[in-house]
Amino acid sequence: MSAAGATVRVGRRRSAGRSRFVARFRRRPLALIGLVGVVVVVVVALAAPLLAPYDPAASDYSAILQGPGSPGHLLGTDDLGRDVLSRLIVGSRASLTAGVFATLLALVVAVPIGMVAGYYRGWVDVIVSRVTDVVLSFPFLILAVGLAAILGPSLKNATIALAVGQLPMFVRITRGEVMGLREQEYVQAAVINGAPTRVVLRRHMLPNILSPLIVQSTVAIPGAIIGAAVLSFLGLGVQPPTAAWGTMLSQAQQYVSQAPWFAVFPGLAIAVTTLSFNLFGDGLRDVLDVRLAS
Amino acid sequence: MARLEVEDLHVRFDTDEGQTLAVNGVSFSVEPGEVLALVGESGCGKSMTAMATMGLLPPAASRSGSIRLEGREISGLSGREMRRILGREISMIFQEPMTSLNPVFTVGYQIGEVLRRHEGLSRKKARLRAIELLDLVRIPAADRRVDEYPHQMSGGMRQRVMIAMAVACNPKVLLADEPTTALDVTIQAQILDIVRDLQHQLDTSVVMITHDLGVVADIADRVVVMYAGHVVETGAVDELFASTQHPYTLGLLGSVPRPDLVLADVQGRLAEIPGMVPTLHEPPTECVFAPRCPRVSDDCRTEMPRLAETAPGQWAACVHPGVARAHPTEVVLP
Amino acid sequence: MQWYILRRVGQSLVTLFIATIVVFVGVRALPGDAATALSAETSNPKVLQAIRQEYGLDQPVPVQYVRWLGHAIQGDLGQSPKTGISVSQTLAERLPVTLELAGLALIIALAIGLPIGILAAVRRGSVADYVASTTALVGLSVPHFWLGILFILGFAVSLQWLPASGFVPLTDPLGNLSHMAMPAVVLGIGLAAVVMRQMRSAMLESLGADFVRTARAKGMSERVVVGIHVLRNSLITVVTVVGLQLGTLISGAVITEQIFIIPGIGKLTIDSVFSRDYPSLQGVVLITATGYIVANLLVDIAYSLLNPRIRVSGGAA
Repeated sequence: MSAAGATVRVGRRRSAGRSRFVARFRRRPLALIGLVGVVVVVVVALAAPLLAPYDPAASDYSAILQGPGSPGHLLGTDDLGRDVLSRLIVGSRASLTAGVFATLLALVVAVPIGMVAGYYRGWVDVIVSRVTDVVLSFPFLILAVGLAAILGPSLKNATIALAVGQLPMFVRITRGEVMGLREQEYVQAAVINGAPTRVVLRRHMLPNILSPLIVQSTVAIPGAIIGAAVLSFLGLGVQPPTAAWGTMLSQAQQYVSQAPWFAVFPGLAIAVTTLSFNLFGDGLRDVLDVRLAS
Repeated sequence: MARLEVEDLHVRFDTDEGQTLAVNGVSFSVEPGEVLALVGESGCGKSMTAMATMGLLPPAASRSGSIRLEGREISGLSGREMRRILGREISMIFQEPMTSLNPVFTVGYQIGEVLRRHEGLSRKKARLRAIELLDLVRIPAADRRVDEYPHQMSGGMRQRVMIAMAVACNPKVLLADEPTTALDVTIQAQILDIVRDLQHQLDTSVVMITHDLGVVADIADRVVVMYAGHVVETGAVDELFASTQHPYTLGLLGSVPRPDLVLADVQGRLAEIPGMVPTLHEPPTECVFAPRCPRVSDDCRTEMPRLAETAPGQWAACVHPGVARAHPTEVVLP
Repeated sequence: MQWYILRRVGQSLVTLFIATIVVFVGVRALPGDAATALSAETSNPKVLQAIRQEYGLDQPVPVQYVRWLGHAIQGDLGQSPKTGISVSQTLAERLPVTLELAGLALIIALAIGLPIGILAAVRRGSVADYVASTTALVGLSVPHFWLGILFILGFAVSLQWLPASGFVPLTDPLGNLSHMAMPAVVLGIGLAAVVMRQMRSAMLESLGADFVRTARAKGMSERVVVGIHVLRNSLITVVTVVGLQLGTLISGAVITEQIFIIPGIGKLTIDSVFSRDYPSLQGVVLITATGYIVANLLVDIAYSLLNPRIRVSGGAA
């Protein structure tokens, strides 16, 4: 009976929390714009083949480097006569894949490591902290470039490289939060009552460290999107002829004087995508009231 | 003439959830050399009353009413004019000695700052005077500690520094917002001693904000009891304690009107009354204490009762005033 | 205090030591045979054998590492098989270029970020705050390399005000500045956004602190409250955060140098990756990591010196 009552109360509190969360979010127009932007980019990426007016790989040598608004090509064509709009639409897939999967991968690896380090302390923590320091002692891009070079250029490897670059931040946040939570009375009560460590970590700690992790993810995803674009731009990410915003920009750089517009759209696509994530993330951080370690 | 007169003070907050009435028509006055205690649970508006008196309300708050310092109206002063009074004629000490001092400046600098601002002292003279002031609040080795940073001092020492800072310019009125709440019991007594001595020496009027009736009995001459932004009872300490009229004050005093509402802790201090002081969003249409009052009847539900004199110098805002014995349903603790 | 600094120095040395292992192993993990790369891509087995012997590549990896580390400590980072120039000499030539770029970018970032951050915090919720905060977010979201291309497009190709790329040494100050202006601004803008946001949030945190209320209750003017009490506390935080942004600055330099064809260590990194110039790559990554670790150490020490809570009590707070 009392257990049922408790469950009901928890459920009610949670939904009350959720509606307040939505209400607070609604009052932030910029965050809403960000959310809309994120949704649009995701939908475009998912429906890319349906939306693209042309095959992004189809060359038309009779129409090379056409400007925006040229017949049949809203945003013009590239140096091989491929439709820029179609390549932009399809290219969103590579950017989002790299951004989202690099961050997910980093989360999946970092959270257990950080939790164990923060919970057990001792030598595990010393090793984890030292390794984190070492990884952090390489600037993000140098690390990503190095790893991408070792693993070989491809979207998958670029994603792995970016994930490794993001690991330390997630480990640090998780570790710090868990260390704080460990001292909380309700956690200690659970430990005293004989809850297995597995349960303590998963049931009592994980839900409480989600907010800072989610907020850090909204910082990490746009970071990884730009990182992926940089790697592709340098030739260490997505390989031509596959369409990606970074590779389109490196192509464009070669034709800056002949076809300046060519450099504008892929960059704009990256900027709008990352801005959307950043706006959304900023709003989320305000709403969840999280202060980041960084 | 009274040192400080506050009349019909209202403080309203405009928040996302609508407006909140934090202080509703509070009036009181303090005579020269008098200690007035402002008592109530947290959230009753007593701190807000002090901040409003200082003109230091947050931007979301608006204030109305009259505040007179030795007869001079100060509620309409500009920020610049007000800043000439703050720290010199009215000063304030706060509840949190640990965070109320700036961590990156020495205590000597922070005390000296007031003197340089209001008395035009040089840096050097201000430092010397700061040492005298630290001495005055009984900080040992003042000439050495003047160059210490706040984190090098205990909470009690920091509160002494706050007091030294507040009395640096011999203010006419000192507002003390729960100055002992964050401190150990033994330290509390020392701090109260210091305040009382200074008040005698400097003839300062003190407004002591507290929820600790021990402090009230120890130091205050008169009491103002607040509930939900209203003054519900006021009078001289001895009389008010001896013949409490308002059921809320009775609750605070531990003559438990409803045993489940009030629990006095071991030191005789009051624990918080379970349930919260209501937050008013519009002017009350009934007695604000009615929802928690053991004497409540239908005539309490028509309007918020006004303060009425129950004995010479003692006032209560209650439809059914009277000492506890008059109401056999109530349990009175010895 | 001394104890704290000593401990931090010790920690940094350990980190640096592990970093050298990571660099060494990492470079060995690069695809392709090291001897082939060193020989400028020959396939003659005799030549390769000679090279293996010369460079000790026939030895076990730990032995190779110890040899390499021993030489590295003495400043000998080997020789580029492509150019025949010693890696140390190349680094000595290229490091100042990157430092100049990073220094200019940092100045630009602070000059823009600090005042705007302060203003946004003091006028919190105003139109100015809204505009500044949103602009900062845009600044964070725009990829540098695209901004670089746009700058070249605008200021070099269209307006022809500035040279599109290249580098002129400091001996020709005007020429140097005209070549450095665009890259420094491109690199500085992203950092300015970070500085602005950090300054704003540090100021807001300090503005809400109890000691600000105390200062106001003392009758201090707004100028003193904000300019002395709040600013002093905020700067302590911001110094740390900006110090930790040096990594971002180096990352940014890599791509900025690539776009504007500036012969700094960032461009050297990328060039070495693509030309499989492993000694150079090893050297440049090692020097970057060392610089970064040392910079972090200095930031920590600076923080402890600025913050009396650490300075006086002598412990790590």
